[in-house]
Amino acid sequence: MGTLPKVLGFSLALTLVFTVTANLLPQVEGEPPKEEKVDLGALTMDSFIALGESAFNGKGTCTLCHNNLGRAPDLLEMNVGEAAKERLADSRYQGKASDIEGYLRESMTDPSIYVVAGFGKKGSNDTESPMPAVDKKPIELSAVQIDAIIAFLQSKDGNEVTVALPTEAAVEDSEPTGTVAATPAVAAAATVEEAIAKYGCSACHSVYDTESPVGPDLRDVGSRLGEEEIRQSIIDPAAVIAEGFPAIMPANFAERMTVKELGLLVQGLAAMQ
Amino acid sequence: MWLKTLLTVSPAAAASVPKQGRTKWCLWLASIMVVMGLGQLLGISPVDSLQAAEVVAQGSAEVLKGAPELAAADYPRVGNSSSRAVVWILAQMHLFFAAFVLAVPLFVVVIEWVGVKTGDARYDDMAHEFMKVSMTAYSITALFGGTLAFALFLLYPDFMGYMLEVFGSQVLVYALLFFLESAILYMYYYSWYALRYGNAKYVHLSLGLLLNVVGTTLLVIANAWATFMMAPSGVDANGAVTGDIWEIIRGPLWNPVNLHRFIANIAFGGAIVGAYAAYKFLSGRSNTEKAHYDWMGYTSNFIAVLSFLPLPFAGYWLMAEVYAYSQQMGITAMGGILAWLFIVQAVLIGTILLASNYYLWSGMSRTEGSYRYKWLVKYIAIVLTGGFLVWVTPHTLILSAKEVAALGGSHHHLLGPLGIMPAKNIAVNLMLIVTFLSFQLYRRSDKVATVSWAPAGNALMVAIYVIAVVNVIFAGVYYGYFTNTVYKVGSSVMQVVSTLVVIVAGVVIDGMMYKGAKKLPSEWGKVSNRSQYALFALPVAFTWLMALMGYVRSSVRGSWHVYTVMKDSSPDNFIPAIGYAGNMMTIVTVMFLLCVLFVFWIASLSSTKQIPPDSQ
Repeated sequence: MGTLPKVLGFSLALTLVFTVTANLLPQVEGEPPKEEKVDLGALTMDSFIALGESAFNGKGTCTLCHNNLGRAPDLLEMNVGEAAKERLADSRYQGKASDIEGYLRESMTDPSIYVVAGFGKKGSNDTESPMPAVDKKPIELSAVQIDAIIAFLQSKDGNEVTVALPTEAAVEDSEPTGTVAATPAVAAAATVEEAIAKYGCSACHSVYDTESPVGPDLRDVGSRLGEEEIRQSIIDPAAVIAEGFPAIMPANFAERMTVKELGLLVQGLAAMQ
Repeated sequence: MWLKTLLTVSPAAAASVPKQGRTKWCLWLASIMVVMGLGQLLGISPVDSLQAAEVVAQGSAEVLKGAPELAAADYPRVGNSSSRAVVWILAQMHLFFAAFVLAVPLFVVVIEWVGVKTGDARYDDMAHEFMKVSMTAYSITALFGGTLAFALFLLYPDFMGYMLEVFGSQVLVYALLFFLESAILYMYYYSWYALRYGNAKYVHLSLGLLLNVVGTTLLVIANAWATFMMAPSGVDANGAVTGDIWEIIRGPLWNPVNLHRFIANIAFGGAIVGAYAAYKFLSGRSNTEKAHYDWMGYTSNFIAVLSFLPLPFAGYWLMAEVYAYSQQMGITAMGGILAWLFIVQAVLIGTILLASNYYLWSGMSRTEGSYRYKWLVKYIAIVLTGGFLVWVTPHTLILSAKEVAALGGSHHHLLGPLGIMPAKNIAVNLMLIVTFLSFQLYRRSDKVATVSWAPAGNALMVAIYVIAVVNVIFAGVYYGYFTNTVYKVGSSVMQVVSTLVVIVAGVVIDGMMYKGAKKLPSEWGKVSNRSQYALFALPVAFTWLMALMGYVRSSVRGSWHVYTVMKDSSPDNFIPAIGYAGNMMTIVTVMFLLCVLFVFWIASLSSTKQIPPDSQ
């Protein structure tokens, strides 16, 4: 074989190795944030909080830094309400807020007003925050989305939600366009089937016609556990670990579910015998 | 105005000088053009400055024009083709060739200078042959550049309109410098034999220097466009120009990208001419020919590897500046949706390091003196392989429920810790250190140090290696696993410094220790054919790597043409999945390789002479 075919063959084969590697990795596309209208008239506090959680994890890109990797305070792990009180009382605090809600709003729209010790920009001695103002580009959360995130952060630790539900009139005053651009609120589940689908129970549990060996089989859970035990296993899954299964069930279902959804699930699962 | 004056004066002035002084005169004119071009570029475009000052003076009377807000319908389409894919391919091809043609003269001038200092004509011939290869590539660069410009104006007219509004006359400086670059390039190449000896050689070297000044200026001007799109400066939140052209150019990422591309281009250029040498070696018939191209391949590999070694550190600086500019952007690249790309990057850099090490080990067969060091090769290979495996270990995987159950969680209890950056930092620094060791051993193979302090020098070198390796491992393990993230980042600086100390100390100590050393017999051309394929692996991996990192750099903007200033509302305003991106990278890599083979063929054709029919 001549030099040219050998060289070409070798080069193409090597290129193919890189191509195959790229195609074997998880294929995820980075979609731009979708702007959708929220029906403010139909908004309940639960769906408002869900809207906040959705913006927190999605368009707000909060979890990029506010996670357990130490780049910013882990908001999901800490009690945000208690932390806000401490910061308001800190002598370094120079902002205008006087309550938790105001502090949270201020920390989102003007993050450098108070920088938590150790989280400032390098060389700024904690006087400048690396966090962008979320109401400005590139994040551009609307006032309703910011309020929804505050409601979510207050509710996740069981603190009082002080943010009022937005009304059409108030929004028209604050939004120049008269519309609310927001990520869609996740609708509350109306049936036990919807709740199981919404919270992805079948990813780990066998339920209905899906099979999964990761967690205990739910198709006959009602014959093994009573309603209170089922409720506890959802709210505090680490309290009792079923023998032979890993302790990997997320502990935040109670924060994510509405009271109605939790009730639906408990009753529905208890009926599975 | 200055150009007009220059054009009016030059013919008369040129006619008035003696013939032998014309070269000097041309050089002077060229220098003036470069300086004035730079003055225009750096000297804060007077028109832009005045306009900005006037607007500021008028206060709110005039609203500055910001970036346009577009809808999907504002983007012209050609049939059903993806505009992004078209521009992607053209831009990448242009960048590949531009990187090559800007890099080759950089090391050619150095080789030419070495030829002058050593009096060895082989260096001069090799430098000329490198230039011959880059000449055809230069035309192809311009062809792809022109086509790219047409495609951009056709498919993204509003975006291009905005960019022209921001950069204004700076683009004309770019065009002018391109003319200048072409003129100097042709003068440099075609005067090679006319200006070969005596003082004329220094005139030729000056031409080469000037060529590189203009070429590097072109590079940094084009970089300003790319970095403005990533981290705009000199404009307000709406994209309206508020600063002068210098403020627009010197954004926070401009210098890190300048340095990174400058070094990467040299490594890339070295790898391409290495492939040329390997091709000529494999197809060479005579021993003389093989010896010449073996030496040329070795020199090319030397250029590629030496430039490649500091590249991760330039990349580190770039990413540190990205984080400083926007933590969100930094995390998107390193820990967000694009993080998976770094697994592919690990495969590519692993390929580059393995190939360059293998080439050096194979090259040891050229001299019998290498037996002193060959025992170390297996240990270097073990470190390289281990480092490579750690580097490709992913942190988290998208798993099925069954896999989660089998693993006992989302992370493997043993391999999970190897997937995070501290482990990868240890791996990459050790890989770089042992690659330098391979290089150092190869360089020592055909020499015996004769200085009296050689044993002490060797002991010092060994101590530096040991301390550096211990420091890299300690900093990575202690700060990486037992402290919080802030210290993790800081520890990587310690590791980088350790690696750099090894490289610098190695070069300095060997440079002094082997001065006037006894040379052992070494035979160029006495190397296996298999080793030459390492010289093909390098450009293939480099090309793919450049395409990959270009994709990362561009994608961190997300759905913005100009980050935070001008939204991308086109149908392609999403970050494509790595599989699609990988296929695009393969397409451009294969296209580039085919074009490069064409360039090699053209370069060979110019030295092929048909035998006259009557002499047969």
